[in-house]
Amino acid sequence: MSSYLLPSAMVWDAFELQERAYFPDGTEVRPSAEPPVLPKAPAGLRLRGVEKAFGDNRVLRGIDLDVPAGQFVAIVGKSGCGKSTLLRLLVGLDEPTGGEIDFIDDGGDRVAPDARIVFQEPRLLPWFSVADNVAVGLGDGVPKAYARREAELVLEEVQLSEKAKEWPAKLSGGQRQRVALARALVSRPGLLALDEPLGALDALTRISMQQLLTRVWRELGFTAVLVTHDVTEAVHLADRVIVLDEGEIKLDLAVPQAHPRRHGDPELALLEGQLLAAILGES
Amino acid sequence: MTTIDTFSDGRKLRRATSGTPRTLTEDRPQEKSKDWAQASQNPPKGAADGVQAKGGKPSGLRTISRAAWLPYLVPVALVIVWQTLSSLGVISDRIMPAPVAVVAAFWERLLSGELVRDIAVSGARALSGLLIGGSIGFLLGIANGVSKLSEQLTDTTLQMLRTIPHLAMIPLVILWFGIGEEAKLFLTSLGVLFPIYLNTYHGVKNVDRDLVEMGRIYGMSSWSLFRKVIFPGALPSIFVGLRYALGIMWLTLIVSESIAANSGIGYMANTAREFMMTDVVVLALVIYAVLGKLADVVARALERWALSWNAAYQV
Repeated sequence: MSSYLLPSAMVWDAFELQERAYFPDGTEVRPSAEPPVLPKAPAGLRLRGVEKAFGDNRVLRGIDLDVPAGQFVAIVGKSGCGKSTLLRLLVGLDEPTGGEIDFIDDGGDRVAPDARIVFQEPRLLPWFSVADNVAVGLGDGVPKAYARREAELVLEEVQLSEKAKEWPAKLSGGQRQRVALARALVSRPGLLALDEPLGALDALTRISMQQLLTRVWRELGFTAVLVTHDVTEAVHLADRVIVLDEGEIKLDLAVPQAHPRRHGDPELALLEGQLLAAILGES
Repeated sequence: MTTIDTFSDGRKLRRATSGTPRTLTEDRPQEKSKDWAQASQNPPKGAADGVQAKGGKPSGLRTISRAAWLPYLVPVALVIVWQTLSSLGVISDRIMPAPVAVVAAFWERLLSGELVRDIAVSGARALSGLLIGGSIGFLLGIANGVSKLSEQLTDTTLQMLRTIPHLAMIPLVILWFGIGEEAKLFLTSLGVLFPIYLNTYHGVKNVDRDLVEMGRIYGMSSWSLFRKVIFPGALPSIFVGLRYALGIMWLTLIVSESIAANSGIGYMANTAREFMMTDVVVLALVIYAVLGKLADVVARALERWALSWNAAYQV
């Protein structure tokens, strides 16, 4: 029990520090008024010698990685370094050709895989309302009233309650991505995989989305694995940044700064430089 | 600007200012004429709406009436010309009856009840043909869009059969079924089957793969995936097939009723030809036109309702 009471206590402190920000479409990013539904326990990861090959092309070459439950990990690297492949393995979209991937609780015991993924494109069903799109995240055969209530709760979380009945076509790009996030979170997964979720957004929306992501992660206490090509985004969001190069882990860097982080923080800029050097292969 | 203010009649002024649609001049209340100077610089909100709406949501009375009567201007003018030429004796009754004669024939047959019976018979034939052929085409389209096995098994055959003009089967169909209902049902079903099959198949094939993957990730069952992702995704294409099939449906029915029938509108027209009753022949054509238009209106309304999520159908 204490495993998930702890993060939610931290959440309330974080609210006091939360900066106010606005999405370009005018929606205010604010701390939510009520505590959310109690999150499920986050799931950690244990990867041992994970390999993935497509024919002769060895995309991942023996990845060993431990992600404690509740951690926010970012994976960066050049295009084709295998970062998206790794993410697809984590959420079970592909099978590894070697090694083992285990979901673990904070005691280190194996638990059932419990992951959701958000892609760069929102992939919403255009013929479903925003609320119905979110309810897709609960899976088949869920009672309607329950699905509606859960969808409302999580839409509140991403600050889109007032759009619940709209068609996705009526939303902006940032709003659509928030609906996709809500859909991924509605079942309270232990692990959230993010595949360049902010890549298609404009710079201002991206900053607001980063703040939202940080807040939601702290409130719900899931484990987050973010794949991105944006090093600034990685050091801004993650506790730990991993540089992947030709299918191997090249650098594993902790980002100890407290949340929420300010853009333009010089310490973060130093880490950023270190990461960029590793990615570009400079000494 | 002061000179503009001196105009007491807003209409004159509005006509003088180019670039604003004329239709809006009558909508403005007279007492607002003082604002015209400003209004001509910043057109009132209604003006902008009127331009953007393009007939979707006209802002003024005059715009509504114009949008309503303009499409009928040409047909009405043609009928007037036609009637005048007939009355003057330029067009012989044997070649083309006067519109008045057609109306008279309509009225006579309506009163005798023949017309209603014939329309009902033809309508029932058309709809049952659409239902049977449409269902088969729809099911095959879905099956071949979803299942590789089914596609490999039947698609080539269907594509081959599709190229045969279905009306070329008439001699064979008469040999098989005689001139009974089965023959007309068979031909109509065959005619509507292919456009619905092709468009359903195409629609299913073109459903966004990313959405299907999303559905799988969220653990949708096959039925749920079909109901929530594949079918709605294919629906715009299915409607194209349906509207195309409606055209073929009437065409087939007309031909098969003219060849072999003892009731229906085609039969009515054919019998009339034998007695040189050109007015009834033309009446039959008019009825086909009205029924065809009606079917299309219904299909369009259905389309607009079912695809209201699509940006193209949002007002």
